[in-house]
Amino acid sequence: MTFKKDRLRRTMMFVPGNNAGMLKDAGIYGADSIMFDLEDSVSLAEKDSARNLVYEALTTVDYGDAELVVRTNGLDTDFFEADVKAMVKAGIDVIRIPKTENAGMVKEMEDLVIAAEKQFGIPVGQTHLMAAIESAEGVLNVPEIAKASDRMIGVALSAEDYTTDLQTHRYPDGKELEFARNMIINAARAAGIAAFDTVYTDVDNTQGLINETEYIHELGYDGKSVINPRQIPVINKVFAPTKAQIENAKNVITAIENARLAGSGVIAMGGQMVDRPVALRAERVMKLAKASGLVDKGGHYIGK
Amino acid sequence: MEIKKTAIAGTLESSDIQVTVSKGNDGIKIDLTSDVKERFGKNIVKTIEEIVNKFGIENINIKAVDQGALDCVIKARTITAIQRSLGTSEEPDWEVL
Repeated sequence: MTFKKDRLRRTMMFVPGNNAGMLKDAGIYGADSIMFDLEDSVSLAEKDSARNLVYEALTTVDYGDAELVVRTNGLDTDFFEADVKAMVKAGIDVIRIPKTENAGMVKEMEDLVIAAEKQFGIPVGQTHLMAAIESAEGVLNVPEIAKASDRMIGVALSAEDYTTDLQTHRYPDGKELEFARNMIINAARAAGIAAFDTVYTDVDNTQGLINETEYIHELGYDGKSVINPRQIPVINKVFAPTKAQIENAKNVITAIENARLAGSGVIAMGGQMVDRPVALRAERVMKLAKASGLVDKGGHYIGK
Repeated sequence: MEIKKTAIAGTLESSDIQVTVSKGNDGIKIDLTSDVKERFGKNIVKTIEEIVNKFGIENINIKAVDQGALDCVIKARTITAIQRSLGTSEEPDWEVL
């Protein structure tokens, strides 16, 4: 597990924590983040079993470059403390706090994580946090939640619980989620962390998934949670930059490099000044292009 | 450490192993059912024994029905069954994990 705060997070795949077969295979689908679930996908009688299984898998199975996340049981349950201890001991990258409603809950989790890191000799600060926003209260408090701890790497919308809380349900056009999605992306960016969109539950509706992913991509989200590995390539394709975007980004990076070599502080490309936002966007485009297999090591376009 | 009551963990799904532990009085007895017993039986039994030893349990009867579980799954299911038997699921012995 090699943690990188600033990394691609186009897909976060849910893996039910008590399923031995799925745990074993979770690394082969190319998800940017893998989220092992100890919460809703595990029945009350199997909480201990899932915790031990995820622990052993994390300390044994090689999940490659994927970021490893675990969703523990809620702070108000009997399972939460042992969940956090076991996952910290296993060296998990990120703990996802379910049903986060305020900054106090992040602090509570952080205190327990610090205690566990000390107990098991894990470097203090190694375990990161993210918050799942699943209620109106959580959405209204998301700016303070996102900034509640230096360990925070992201906030995620969880639409099933949220729409129930709003006394609505999910509609194909997603209008009921508009406010939450905008709150979450703005809170995430203000805090300098990632924003994850909710799962698209209609697994057989590929066009619906494409439409929703295009929409959240437009809003600025880092990526989406996925419940089925089949959704991963579909989402990655939406996030893949076009040939024109890649070539432009490459030109920007070349212009920056040329200006650096010439000792010039001002960077111009095609008569236009290249400022910081343009440079940052170019770097992100190249990162996405590399992850999408569209450029070679030298940054040359090799897509179709 | 003594096993007090019978407990079970794991499923009969592919890649899993179902481990049942019960009170024993004649050392560590392991009854393994597995399609790959001929090739991997010794390793599976050894993995289970290592966990039992870590708990410091001297007498135990174990029935294990393997469906092609990886080592980490065998360990996890054995740990869970023993914790359930000892009633320590939520206050695990962290040295064993």
